Amino acid sequence: MPLHFELVTPAKQVRSEDVHMVVVPGSEGEFGVLEGHAPFMSTIRDGAVQVYKTEGAEPETIEVRGGFAEVGENGLTVLAEHVEA
Amino acid sequence: MPSLKELKDRIGSVKSTQKITKAKQMVAAAKLRRAQAAAEAGRPYAERLGTVMASLAGKVSGDSAPKLLAGTGSDQRHLLVVVNTDKGLCGGLNSNLVKAARVKANELIAAGKTVEFYLVGKKGRAPLKRDFASQIGGGFDTSTVKTPGFEEADAIAAELIAMFDDGKFDIAHLVYPTFQSALAQIPTVNQLIPVPSPEVADDAGAVVEYEPGEEEILEELLPRYVKTQIFGALLEREASEHGASMTAMDNATRNAGDLINALTIQYNRRRQAAITTELIEIIAGAEAL
Repeated sequence: MPLHFELVTPAKQVRSEDVHMVVVPGSEGEFGVLEGHAPFMSTIRDGAVQVYKTEGAEPETIEVRGGFAEVGENGLTVLAEHVEA
Repeated sequence: MPSLKELKDRIGSVKSTQKITKAKQMVAAAKLRRAQAAAEAGRPYAERLGTVMASLAGKVSGDSAPKLLAGTGSDQRHLLVVVNTDKGLCGGLNSNLVKAARVKANELIAAGKTVEFYLVGKKGRAPLKRDFASQIGGGFDTSTVKTPGFEEADAIAAELIAMFDDGKFDIAHLVYPTFQSALAQIPTVNQLIPVPSPEVADDAGAVVEYEPGEEEILEELLPRYVKTQIFGALLEREASEHGASMTAMDNATRNAGDLINALTIQYNRRRQAAITTELIEIIAGAEAL
């Protein structure tokens, strides 16, 4: 089962796709989110979000600044103020 | 009665004005499309932030709520943040905004409150200064950048929150145009600070874990929410400006066309009259011989 991942900035929706796992730089440490993660909310620090498209694949990194991450029923949403692709 | 030459010059000048208004209309139409797309692209972020805010604000309430949510406990000093455009040639957009701001200000003054203004954009400055010369506080100039983006919203929000923390005002209202269509832009007044308590969403779902804590997240979220509100207002302003400008320039182009037609008829009549007079003179001269 894939994880639905969304990355949104004030200017536009950067990503909306199904992936295997996403590692988010939370303000109290990095955390990985897989499908079926418990509801969770965290602020994030400036750093790289790592997106694993499939299991064992090379992660794609996206630099984000300022924002927070929310894990709900419909997957992971990262609201970032600034994104460097 | 103007002379033939005067009429000709007049027609020429109206024609060149028409060319300018037509060009401006086409430019506005192209920019409107882009501004509308930008406004739409910004919506998901604002929506998400709103829902998260609602679920958090329901949990953190009472004394522990941050100042940005709970307010200063007084409602004496009001700040009106008026978002105007930087450029003119957009019909009644700015005067409608100023009118809405003035109504709100007079209403508050009548209720015995003190009112101060914070002006974003160039165009509202002069008319508001005329009525409320002593109440114009700070302002933010957006004319230096081509299209105001998140950085500008960030700067405005930072200044407002700093003013709030210094105790310069108790309540801030945001006055901005809401874009409906190219024909209708509605001036809207919204409370900005303290953040109005959103309606609590009933999340009967699972218990959400928070990291660091609910309050810390909310404290970080509130300034961000204010920023997003201002950013949204800037986007709406862009779309409204181009929409209003398009309509106004369309009207101007049409009026210029009508004027040219009227002037051309007048010009032709004058010419014909001159010819007739000349003929009469020649005939009269021939008869006298």
